Amino acid sequence: MQVCYAVVRSNEKISRDVYRMVLHTSIASQVQCGQFVQVQVPGFYLRRPISVSEVLDDNHLVLVYKTVGEGTAVLSQLKENESISLFGPLGTGFPVKDRDVVLIGGGVGVPPLVETAKQYILNGNNVTAVLGFNTKEDAILVERLKETGANVCIATMDGSLGTKGTVMDAIDENGIDVPFVLACGPLPMLKAVASTYSDGYVSLEARMACGMGACMGCVVQDENGQAKRVCKDGPVFEIGKVVL
Amino acid sequence: MDLSVKLPGLNLKNPIIPASGCFGYGREFAELYDLSKLGGIAIKSATPKERFGNPTPRIAETPMGMLNAIGLQNHGVDWIIENELPFLSQFDTEIIANIAGATEEDYIEVIEKMNDNPVVKAYELNISCPNVRHGGMGLGTSPELAAEMTRRAKAAARKPVYVKLSPNVTDIVSIAKACEKAGADGLVMINTLLGMRMDLRTAKPLLANGTGGLSGPAIKPVGIRCVYQCAQAVSIPIIGVGGISNAADVVEYLYAGASAVEVGAANFIDPYVCLAIIEQLPEVLEKYGNTSVKEAIGKGLVR
Repeated sequence: MQVCYAVVRSNEKISRDVYRMVLHTSIASQVQCGQFVQVQVPGFYLRRPISVSEVLDDNHLVLVYKTVGEGTAVLSQLKENESISLFGPLGTGFPVKDRDVVLIGGGVGVPPLVETAKQYILNGNNVTAVLGFNTKEDAILVERLKETGANVCIATMDGSLGTKGTVMDAIDENGIDVPFVLACGPLPMLKAVASTYSDGYVSLEARMACGMGACMGCVVQDENGQAKRVCKDGPVFEIGKVVL
Repeated sequence: MDLSVKLPGLNLKNPIIPASGCFGYGREFAELYDLSKLGGIAIKSATPKERFGNPTPRIAETPMGMLNAIGLQNHGVDWIIENELPFLSQFDTEIIANIAGATEEDYIEVIEKMNDNPVVKAYELNISCPNVRHGGMGLGTSPELAAEMTRRAKAAARKPVYVKLSPNVTDIVSIAKACEKAGADGLVMINTLLGMRMDLRTAKPLLANGTGGLSGPAIKPVGIRCVYQCAQAVSIPIIGVGGISNAADVVEYLYAGASAVEVGAANFIDPYVCLAIIEQLPEVLEKYGNTSVKEAIGKGLVR
């Protein structure tokens, strides 16, 4: 966990509103799958928490982000060799266990699954990635996940790609019966995952300020009604341990 | 250069104090640097019982600032005494306990429980939190209520009492004077400004609480104005807070009459900011012709 400057190596559009940015930074070597960094966008006050999609080598990491507001729009305009301030890596990432896994991603919840898939495959385990999007135009990182060696299934709400429906429909249609899941995506998707699976972890998204557990801006309740900080105790939580 | 400042109950090696609510109890920052470098630490508000705080979202960005509506989340005074103060005792820095509650009795209860704890050097009465329905800012928006709270706290406290004032008032000077008259050992100003943002997609407030407290560089001129006005009207020391993010900001507050400062939201942007300010401060003071922090205090006041 440190503050450092990162140099933009590339910053490309990979769907209508999602960008893939490769950064040269010394903190790349410290990143575990599922962790995030706090990105300072020029002209904006609060840092933006963005999950690390993958670590390319000790000096390069990849951020995949959606342009949802003015800050991420400015981020998407950064050019090669421009530098930005990063704080990270932050949070508790996905556990890397020696077992077969289903990775479930929805929309911009898909990016952190790339590094996670790489780690599980490196351990010699089978990885099935089930990715959900609204429509074909929103699909991201499908080829990249296939390249890692994962078996990839897709669901789209409008049926324009893969199974018509949700990730849960795609799991049923493809007869995926591995009991251990790691999931990242919108809250309704995580709720569906947590009501079907008891063995696994979900990664949450939250509005944050500090990103390091000090401000209590991003809390959720655990099973006993106690506060857990998405930024520090999470973003990855064991299924059943936090109220979704 | 001599950066030290001596205030009631507080021997500050430098005037830099992370502000309450922006630094937790120091644990997270202690992973990054030695907290003994800080002049002091204003720890997160303590209430008699545990509080979960407000629903999320609790955070929204604003131009050069942010809104928060945490709602005084904390584990309660007993837990803080048992778990957090022992951790903080390892550092050579002055611990200021921020005290909050829904009623005057709540404040007294917390003070009485902390009176015997050697780690806490002074109290900071939070009668200015805009994010709670009962107590908080409600106790600090009239001179009469602020004075009554101060009087009761002083009667119960065996450590110096600083009163943290709200800028969300018609006349902060009258409240500052009332607190001084009621026996306050010092003042801390300002808490956040009450603010709000709307979500264009849902046409509802961005914060689940509706309103929140505005902090960050956007409020710095308001804080400096409040300190400047009050410093000429009271003779007790003032700790300045609001939008400080570098050593030049600190010197502005000192010139306006602050004897020390608290740094809040800037810790979220750069977790090392307090350390950076302490390092820059001698150079910036010297640049403007000061040979110590003490010399800069109140330099801009019309006496």
